[in-house]
Amino acid sequence: MSTQNQSENNLIVSSSPHIRDFDSISRIMWAVVLSLIPAGIAGVFSFGYYCIYLVFLSCLTAVVTEIFILLLRRQPVVNVIQDGSAVVTGILLAYTLPPGVPWYVIVVGSFFAIAIVKHSFGGLGNNIWNPALAARAFLQVAYPTIMNSDWRVLVKKGMEKFACNIANVDVNGNLIDAVTTATPLTKEVVERTYLLGQLFMGNVPGCIGETSVIALLLGGVYLIYKRCINWYVPACYIGTTFIMARFLPPRIITPWANDSFYHIFAGGLFLGAFFMATDMVTSPLTKKGLVIFSVGAGVLTILIRFYSGYPEGVCYSILLMNTATPLIDRFTKPRLYGTKLKKI
Amino acid sequence: MLRVVKSKLKTFVGGIHPKDDGKSFTAGKKVVPASLPNKAYLFLNQHIGKPAQPIVQKGDTVKKGQLIAESQGFISANVHASISGKVVDIAPWPHPIAGVKLPAIIIERAEDDSWVEDIAAIPDIDHNISEAEIMHRIKSAGIVGLGGATFPTHVKLAPPKDKKIDMVVVNGAECEPYLTCDHRLMLENPYEIIQGLKWFMKCIGCNSAHIGIEGNKKDAYLLIKDTVSKESAIKVDLVEVKYPQGAEHQIIKALLGREFKPRQLPLEVGVTVINVSTAFAIYEAVKYGRPLIQRIITVSGNGIENPQNFFVRLGTPVKQLLEDAKVTGDINKIIFGGPMMGIAQGDIETAVTVKGIGGIIALRKARKWNSSACIRCGRCIDSCPYGLNPSELSVLSEAKNFDLMLESNVLECKECGCCSYICPSKRPIVHLIKFAKAEIAKQEVRA
Ligand code: SF4
Ligand code: SF4
Repeated sequence: MSTQNQSENNLIVSSSPHIRDFDSISRIMWAVVLSLIPAGIAGVFSFGYYCIYLVFLSCLTAVVTEIFILLLRRQPVVNVIQDGSAVVTGILLAYTLPPGVPWYVIVVGSFFAIAIVKHSFGGLGNNIWNPALAARAFLQVAYPTIMNSDWRVLVKKGMEKFACNIANVDVNGNLIDAVTTATPLTKEVVERTYLLGQLFMGNVPGCIGETSVIALLLGGVYLIYKRCINWYVPACYIGTTFIMARFLPPRIITPWANDSFYHIFAGGLFLGAFFMATDMVTSPLTKKGLVIFSVGAGVLTILIRFYSGYPEGVCYSILLMNTATPLIDRFTKPRLYGTKLKKI
Repeated sequence: MLRVVKSKLKTFVGGIHPKDDGKSFTAGKKVVPASLPNKAYLFLNQHIGKPAQPIVQKGDTVKKGQLIAESQGFISANVHASISGKVVDIAPWPHPIAGVKLPAIIIERAEDDSWVEDIAAIPDIDHNISEAEIMHRIKSAGIVGLGGATFPTHVKLAPPKDKKIDMVVVNGAECEPYLTCDHRLMLENPYEIIQGLKWFMKCIGCNSAHIGIEGNKKDAYLLIKDTVSKESAIKVDLVEVKYPQGAEHQIIKALLGREFKPRQLPLEVGVTVINVSTAFAIYEAVKYGRPLIQRIITVSGNGIENPQNFFVRLGTPVKQLLEDAKVTGDINKIIFGGPMMGIAQGDIETAVTVKGIGGIIALRKARKWNSSACIRCGRCIDSCPYGLNPSELSVLSEAKNFDLMLESNVLECKECGCCSYICPSKRPIVHLIKFAKAEIAKQEVRA
């Protein structure tokens, strides 16, 4: 719909307001890209240069898919590409995958994220699930062996050319390989734990962009400072996980079972809390709704970690809360000025 | 979203803090008279309500301040000649706010600029003036709300019997960016404002008033506070610098903590609101019998070399004001009013000043914004002072789903523009809402 007319004497006649905030979608999206760089560097540091190749491939696929679909849908391509949302999806997807996945897995995932999760619902702003997370969940089902097995094989294969494995020492002084299991939260390997310091820095197994808490924190704080995300979403999410992990009895007893610091530092919680749960499109609109959303995600994360077959609950908890978002929106409508609060 | 500004000043929930507030261009500049127009174009419709009825004819000679059109019915206001001269035509002319041609009385200026005799004849008054006399003078002077709403002031003086007014709120917030006319008025005429207010209070029989001034006008606040220091009935408070702090709902909430529905009148909570410039017009009318024929207008913007606050005779062509303030050649937007709620003009040749306009903003390189889909960031919801969901309303309007919009209270929207201002997708939310309201009105007419 056109809202601006040019009169004969070159005066613009448009609807009020005549000034706008400086902030724009592209500024927000590129700030997110920037804030994800430290985590990427940490990933390369831990798992090798192959990671760069994967991230790049993921972004490229995402952008090419986006252009392709937009052409199919006969929509303008230029603006939508420069807004950077496809690049963000590409990076986030790569960050949630094991460092040694074959190239075709990431291409399939990235294509799925943009073509199916994003555009089959109407493109930017209309998707129900976070595209990167939904694509990850899809890959988990489509390539279970690659996503869940011992990663050593994959890494060996993928990294022959780029190998820079960092050897680690666990608490017992044993030399361990940094990239053998999917996550430090794997329940079967009960005897192996990592030091909190290791988890914080990121010298642990895990997905490309999820291991280094410090790098993620750096990016997250930058986004909060730039007002791209609300601080209370990661705060409520991580806080809830912390409390739940401390007080809920787990089904399988591990050395870190009720160690709440271990639970928030290990796995993809920081990546999820700062970069996925804060995705505006798939989270509720109001502050109240966002608090419900992030507390819910925190509860679900621990429920999945403690009582399901999966070691890690971040991905599914956020996807589940994404699904609940329309419902949350319905119950957290803003109060019309001058009226009493409605009873639900 | 994260615009949490800690402040002890009184305020309301929601709103925005425009970065580019443009007040510094004119805040320090004394009000000066603009040059007199060669032709004044006086609309019969300079207020909400029925247009006035002309009582002069083409060819008549009129003098400054002479009644030329009489108010019709209760909600209507008189119109007076703003210059002395000859009525050359009564014809439709493009109305800057209505956006269509409406009848105007066109006066060509004569050399002499003296007041019409019966104005000079009104004797000076003492403080014992009766309520009826104040009422009469305000009504004959054709005073309307000068904050922009242009509601005839004499109507406020006769509230419905069942509504008890216990407080007059005086709006000195002036929250629209760029405008400084009220600020200057408070600095230059504090006594007159307070005296006008006192007469207004006497007339409606209400003995307390509360003045709200935005925190960025501390000088005006101190001066007004000083002026009322002996009056215990009049309180002065600073309110937070935030848009739309000067809107009725927001200033009442900030000063008194009272809330009422967007479409209700302040009467609902026992309040009546007047603008400081309205109080000044009341003073002029009661004290000297002067009708409302001029007002202060801020002429500013990056297309103006010498931004000014002008005393402007109503009906003055805008082109002349722009020349007085040294407009640059390459302006591409002219806004009547402030940048948040003002109305963009398509033609400076025909545009003229009217009672409700406090500013004219001329911009060079005014931007056009490309809008994209809503990314559900929720900022518009946080900024809406009335608790609406602008995101939802804009999407529904695009889908032409007006029934659902009605359910979502679209009619309560005041078109303040906070939501469009803050939206990172640059969605034309206010435009979509205005469009939907017009469509809904059409449907109601048909039904
Ligand atoms: S324009 Fe309407 S919807 Fe937007 S913020 Fe103002 S009142 Fe709310
Ligand atoms: S309309 Fe604009 S401000 Fe409102 S939620 Fe959508 S993108 Fe955000």
